Amino acid sequence: MIKRFLQTFSVVPMAGWLLGAFVAVLIEIYFGNLISYYLYLPKIPVLLGTLVALRDPALIPNVLAYDLAVYFIPVLAVSLLSAPLTNALAARMQKMPLWAATLIHIVAFYAILHLWAGISDYRVLVVKLTMISIILTVSLNIINGYQGEFSCSHPGFMALGAYTSSVLTLVLFSNDKVFGEALLPAALGPWCFPVILIIGGAVAAIGSLAVAIPSFRTRGDYLAIISLAFMFIIKSAIENMEIIGGPRGLSSQPNYASLPMVFIWMALCIWIIHNFTTSIYGKALNAVRDNEAAANSMTVNTRRTKMIAFMFGAFWAGVAGGLFAHVLRYVNPGTFGIQKLAEVLAMVYFGGLNSIYGSIVGAVSISVLGEALRPLELWKWIIIPLILILVMIFRPHGLISFTEIDMKRVLRPRNTAEGER
Amino acid sequence: MEYFLQNVVNALQWGSFYAVVSIGYSMVYGVLMLFNFAHGDIFMVGTYIGFGIATLLLAMFSAILPPWVIFLLVVVITMCLASLVGVFVEYVGYRPLRGAPRASAAITGLMIGIIFETGNLIILGAQRFSFPALIESVSYNIGGVYFTNVKVLIIVASLILMAALHTFIQKTKWGMAMRAMSYDFLAVPLMGVSINVIAPLTFAIGAGLASVAGVLYGQAYPVLDPYMGIALGWKAFVAAILGGRGSIMGAALAGYLLGFIEIFVAMVFPSTFRDLIAYSIILVILTFRPRGFFGMAHSTRLRL
Repeated sequence: MIKRFLQTFSVVPMAGWLLGAFVAVLIEIYFGNLISYYLYLPKIPVLLGTLVALRDPALIPNVLAYDLAVYFIPVLAVSLLSAPLTNALAARMQKMPLWAATLIHIVAFYAILHLWAGISDYRVLVVKLTMISIILTVSLNIINGYQGEFSCSHPGFMALGAYTSSVLTLVLFSNDKVFGEALLPAALGPWCFPVILIIGGAVAAIGSLAVAIPSFRTRGDYLAIISLAFMFIIKSAIENMEIIGGPRGLSSQPNYASLPMVFIWMALCIWIIHNFTTSIYGKALNAVRDNEAAANSMTVNTRRTKMIAFMFGAFWAGVAGGLFAHVLRYVNPGTFGIQKLAEVLAMVYFGGLNSIYGSIVGAVSISVLGEALRPLELWKWIIIPLILILVMIFRPHGLISFTEIDMKRVLRPRNTAEGER
Repeated sequence: MEYFLQNVVNALQWGSFYAVVSIGYSMVYGVLMLFNFAHGDIFMVGTYIGFGIATLLLAMFSAILPPWVIFLLVVVITMCLASLVGVFVEYVGYRPLRGAPRASAAITGLMIGIIFETGNLIILGAQRFSFPALIESVSYNIGGVYFTNVKVLIIVASLILMAALHTFIQKTKWGMAMRAMSYDFLAVPLMGVSINVIAPLTFAIGAGLASVAGVLYGQAYPVLDPYMGIALGWKAFVAAILGGRGSIMGAALAGYLLGFIEIFVAMVFPSTFRDLIAYSIILVILTFRPRGFFGMAHSTRLRL
């Protein structure tokens, strides 16, 4: 029966789902308060109502009714009814260059996300942090998945990026107690922010040489320790630098990391890393992972390949760190420790190695699960590890590993025989 | 000079914990070529088990038995119970993953560790417990160097444990099977030595050692905390690598070395620099000796 149910919806193209989601979000914006009032919910439930339902189990039917009324029924109905229309649209977009069609879909997706997140500040925060986890996970997948090392230094790279960009924005654009008057007018700030993020990423990339160069001679467990030591060194060094706050951390970064900013960086990151891994460099990474000696004899420059992989991964980790610091507007060295490491590793290995798609799934599911189960407090840290253990036992490579996204297949119209391919 | 000797005594005590715990990592690595990332938390669980047994025994027998008998009983019972924890970890987290990528087993180990920490918080709550003193502390002062009988006990007990383990591995049939397994993972199971017997045994021994380290730790630093295994566990893990793959001697020596580095860094610099300098030294050592002190040049690609 489930199969038949899914069969009914196989004619809906991606554009149709987006249209359905758009209608659902509009319903939530205009009627959300009304519906939640009649269902005795205190306000519009954030995150599909899991927070309300877990806090007060008596409200579970109400939450389910809300989800049905606002999300499931509108999405399914609109996407199914509009399928002929959206299929025609998809067929027209199929004739455009792929980048244009993809861009249109991404912009539409962002618009929906923006409207959905705009309902509460909490949603905005969750969405921003989820997108930062996506950047982190995808970039760690370059080193741990495509290149096949077990690197533990990602929180260290993130800390480098976070602190570099925080110090730059505090020195340049804000009147701070520690760093004194702003050197440049604050109006320039949001425009220079991307440059600052890139500088933060570059510092992280240079820092990653400390791990990349030992990796010429060793790999596997010894490299894991070197990278772990690197992470502890960074954390400990920051703790001992009084000028940037020491163990207390840095606070009151300007509020530059808005939702569109984070989204654009995430989209850029996914796009560039996708291109990187499908390019000849990505193939070289896989060759080094599978057999270093053979790759070397096939004229792959293994040292250069390893260095590129580490620097590239670290660059994006640094950018993610910069965004993270400006989203929370507070960083301290304790954030970038073992806990963060376990989180990022869990996302990568849960989602799947050697797959950007898998990394996105892993990052989104672990961070949303972490937020949605928040009312369970301590039990959350039993449930999430248990899920991960089960995934590891039944799918040792992760949920979705060794697959790539093919935008053409995702966006194709679903009604024609040619689209069925 | 007295100050120096004093620090040597402290470093020996501190290094003993690292040495005993890192042996557990090293043994599992020798047999399975995997790290047991739950080992730090097994140490924590062992300490709590020791705490429970000690409280129970003190309440029941403190009037009848002399303190050293109680101490020995606590150590033996804790060791037995904690080795069951080790077997459990192997059964749940490592046995289903034979033949899976090595990183997957690392993830299950980490997650079992998190479950132990959280489970402890859920069962026992956030209150801090204090480990009861099993042996009355008597302090001595020889030539300006101050030490207590607890310190001596810790150092001597760790050395005895390591000597016993060495004998076990070198002289007994089981020890021979373990050495054989670490020598060749593929051929030895064909000779009638089952990996499903040797691996739990290794985990059990490692967990037993860690729990004794926990009881001794409780004598020196009585405040218990569910997260106490993290810092000590990761440093012991580093020591195990530093010693060389699967080398028990190396792990013990590296444990003591780490203890000395930490204590002497704290002697010269402010103590906040301890981690920074300790890990920098480790980074330098591993850059120039990538296989650790006693590691064999051996392809790690064998089981990937």
